[in-house]
Amino acid sequence: MAEQMLAADGRPLKASLNRALRRQKLRALALIAPLLLFILISFVMPIADMLFRSVENEIVSNTLPRTVVALEEWDADTGEAPSEEVFSALYTDMTLAAEYKTHTRLGSRLNYESTGISSLFRKSGRRVGRFDTDIYTDAFTAGDPAYGDPARWANWMDDGAIRTQLPKTASAYDDWARMIVEVEGDDPLEEEPWDFVFTALYEDANAGGVLPIAVDLSGVEPVSLRAQFSDVDDDWLDVDVWQTIKLYAPEYTSGYFLNSVDLMKTPEGVEARPENEQIYITLFIRTLIMSLSIMGMCVLLGYPIAWLLANLPDRTANLLMILVLLPFWTSLLVRTSAWKVLLQQQGVINDVLVWIGLVSDGNRLELINNQTGTIIAMTHILLPFMILPLYSVMKTIPPSYLRAAKSLGATNWTAFWRVYFPQSVPGIGAGCILVFILAIGYYITPELVGGTKGVFISNRIAYHISSSLNWGLAAALGTILLAVVLILYWVYDRIVGIDNVKLGG
Amino acid sequence: MTATDGAFVAFERVQKSYDGENLVVKDLNLSMPKGEFLTMLGPSGSGKTTCLMMLAGFETATHGDILLDGVSINNIPPHKRGIGMVFQNYALFPHMSVAENLSFPLEVRKIGKSDREAKVKRALDMVQMGSFAGRRPAQLSGGQQQRIALARALVFEPELVLMDEPLGALDKQLRETLQFEITNLAHELGITTVYVTHDQTEALTMSDRVAVFDDGRIQQLAPPDELYEKPENSFVAQFIGENNTLEGVVEEIKGNTCIVKLDSGDIIDAVPVNVDNVGDRTKVSIRPERVEFDRNRLHDDAHTLKAEVLEFIYMGDIFRTRLRVAGTDEFVIKTRNAPDQKRLKPGEMIEIGWMAEDCRALDA
Ligand SMILES: Nc1ncnc2c1ncn2[C@@H]1O[C@H](COP(=O)(O)OP(=O)(O)OP(=O)(O)O)[C@@H](O)[C@H]1O
Ligand SMILES: [Mg+2]
Repeated sequence: MAEQMLAADGRPLKASLNRALRRQKLRALALIAPLLLFILISFVMPIADMLFRSVENEIVSNTLPRTVVALEEWDADTGEAPSEEVFSALYTDMTLAAEYKTHTRLGSRLNYESTGISSLFRKSGRRVGRFDTDIYTDAFTAGDPAYGDPARWANWMDDGAIRTQLPKTASAYDDWARMIVEVEGDDPLEEEPWDFVFTALYEDANAGGVLPIAVDLSGVEPVSLRAQFSDVDDDWLDVDVWQTIKLYAPEYTSGYFLNSVDLMKTPEGVEARPENEQIYITLFIRTLIMSLSIMGMCVLLGYPIAWLLANLPDRTANLLMILVLLPFWTSLLVRTSAWKVLLQQQGVINDVLVWIGLVSDGNRLELINNQTGTIIAMTHILLPFMILPLYSVMKTIPPSYLRAAKSLGATNWTAFWRVYFPQSVPGIGAGCILVFILAIGYYITPELVGGTKGVFISNRIAYHISSSLNWGLAAALGTILLAVVLILYWVYDRIVGIDNVKLGG
Repeated sequence: MTATDGAFVAFERVQKSYDGENLVVKDLNLSMPKGEFLTMLGPSGSGKTTCLMMLAGFETATHGDILLDGVSINNIPPHKRGIGMVFQNYALFPHMSVAENLSFPLEVRKIGKSDREAKVKRALDMVQMGSFAGRRPAQLSGGQQQRIALARALVFEPELVLMDEPLGALDKQLRETLQFEITNLAHELGITTVYVTHDQTEALTMSDRVAVFDDGRIQQLAPPDELYEKPENSFVAQFIGENNTLEGVVEEIKGNTCIVKLDSGDIIDAVPVNVDNVGDRTKVSIRPERVEFDRNRLHDDAHTLKAEVLEFIYMGDIFRTRLRVAGTDEFVIKTRNAPDQKRLKPGEMIEIGWMAEDCRALDA
């Protein structure tokens, strides 16, 4: 075994070295700390949030906690809507949700999965306060006035023994009291509990719970909450509605992702969406193909320009460089709008073609509001991102290589293809990655010139974020887009090798 | 044009201008027989690379003809000229291995695979790089890259090879080894070589003939010994080797000797090289090692000059002594470190002289 090397102070050399390096590393870390923090807050956290949102589904269990629990017993295969017990849980949940106004949000959420639920929830939220359950309240307060006294209620609900006797009442009262404070801004010690608390109390008493003050309830005719809800809307007896609620009850769901790839969750398992709702796969494929075409166009157009830039005399090259960079100095919106002027059917290009006689007046080309428009405009916008890395790589290829190749007997073409081109490949790689990744997530230009046929997946994501407010679906689409980019990057690394990418030098 | 008849490479009245205002090459005439090793030597910017590039076909002559084997090649593109070329920065293709670099010129000539491999191997062995075939150029040292560049220029068996300062980036020792290898190869293979360098030692040791360039013209074209011993003008005398210059006026010309009166008033003997008339101003050139200070070794009637020793430098094989002579402090003499050689001391007064034929009266 080799003897351990010792530093001048007698410590092992390795330890001293590590300590010295650690100090250096810490100092370096301190220097980049602001940047790191900024990236963490502005980049990592939003992405993490997006990833989370794409599977997060707490809204059902948060809004209808009792219903979700009660539904566990229910079996959809019976073909029957759930029992009275579930409706009673729904009654409590719905009343509270209606106060908090969360029932409409849940309605819209479930509406993504099964249309009609949104209006069902809105209607029920409006009506749930006027159910016939006031007879329970009347029966209790008539039996003993103490039931109408808020202070007595508070006392009972502080008593553990009573709470174990009346579990539903206790849970309903707690949520009611919180709601009174949070929504109404009142004091539970001054408010008489609402009907749904008395409904719970009645159910507890019926189930054998001992009341704090005995009341004779034999004369009370029970109210069927099932009937009450189906009075509001027949749909409450529809098995599909309940299946949807049960399906989306878990806190995490794969529903958004399934939706993103044109599938859906049904009680029978995962199924393809109906033909007319299948849009995302097509959109993803279209986004990929169009981004690739734009990338290809950028290589074809950018390579000769970059070559000129790298080989012209300095003065001319500078002028050309300014022309290449000019687009960066004008607003994206202005450039895109300019394309509208140029490409539309009554636009400059069509006018010129008609005037030359290449195209007849009746047959003007459709150059905008379709994929052609998007490809033309985006190629123009992304071209500098191809030219710049290409140029900086070409600038480092000495002209003597071409001369050497020619002196060895190669024709101009062979010298270019065998000697110059391979050395410019890292520039092409860098340019392609840049252009492709920028293109695949592009939004404004396809939105403005893409019409319906030329839009990208990002336009759909934007739609879900700002118009349909289906953030979960937007997040799932975004996550898939991110994954596709990462996979393509990995494939690229496998085939070309990421070390083969140069942005210059 | 009889001068270039039978020459392998010939420049006839070639001129070159890049910008249409200045002539970079002015009236270049040069002819080389087959198998010659010719070096272009000259200060920076004197047009050496330009000449080489015109020969290779990467620059076109503004005026005049360049002939290869008697045929004008002005309109032949570079890749059809079949001229091997070694560049200063080697220009080995970085994305190809050594073997691929070498087989490139063979591939573009559509030579079969087995033939190609044999030739590549032979070329690599020729430069003692046989075991490096699989390496990339970046994995080689400068000297090794240079050898590969040489092998690549030779592998397709060109009759003419051009080299532009091929050893410029190497250290002295390696340079000397490679100088030797290059000349040997060139002579063994019988190829005609045009070699460009800054380094006069390189030029003198390697070449059959040296063309000294200055200001776009060939100042002298001669074998190394003639160039050193019989410079035709003061530029060549100054540029090649160490040289003492004294200025004066021609007093008298008698056949192939003349008498020059220096500005200090001293009288010396010299060979008139390009002075024609009595009364012309002249720069007299004399090599340091041809100066004598031992009266016994001089002609009896030789003119001598008084000199004061300023500095004595011991250089191992030789002694270098700086003198004050005829008003200049920069007069240098060199003496061999022989057992009986006198070592001069600073402050000593001596008398120096030389054989008249070693002292050349050149243009002023
Ligand atoms: N492409 C060019 N365009 C314009 N002028 C040029 C060009 N190439 C060379 N020159 C000029 O021509 C002159 C001769 O250049 P050349 O390269 O032939 O010199 P050289 O003798 O090879 O010098 P060096 O020993 O430094 O390599 C120089 O003054 C140079 O500035
Ligand atoms: Mg040069």
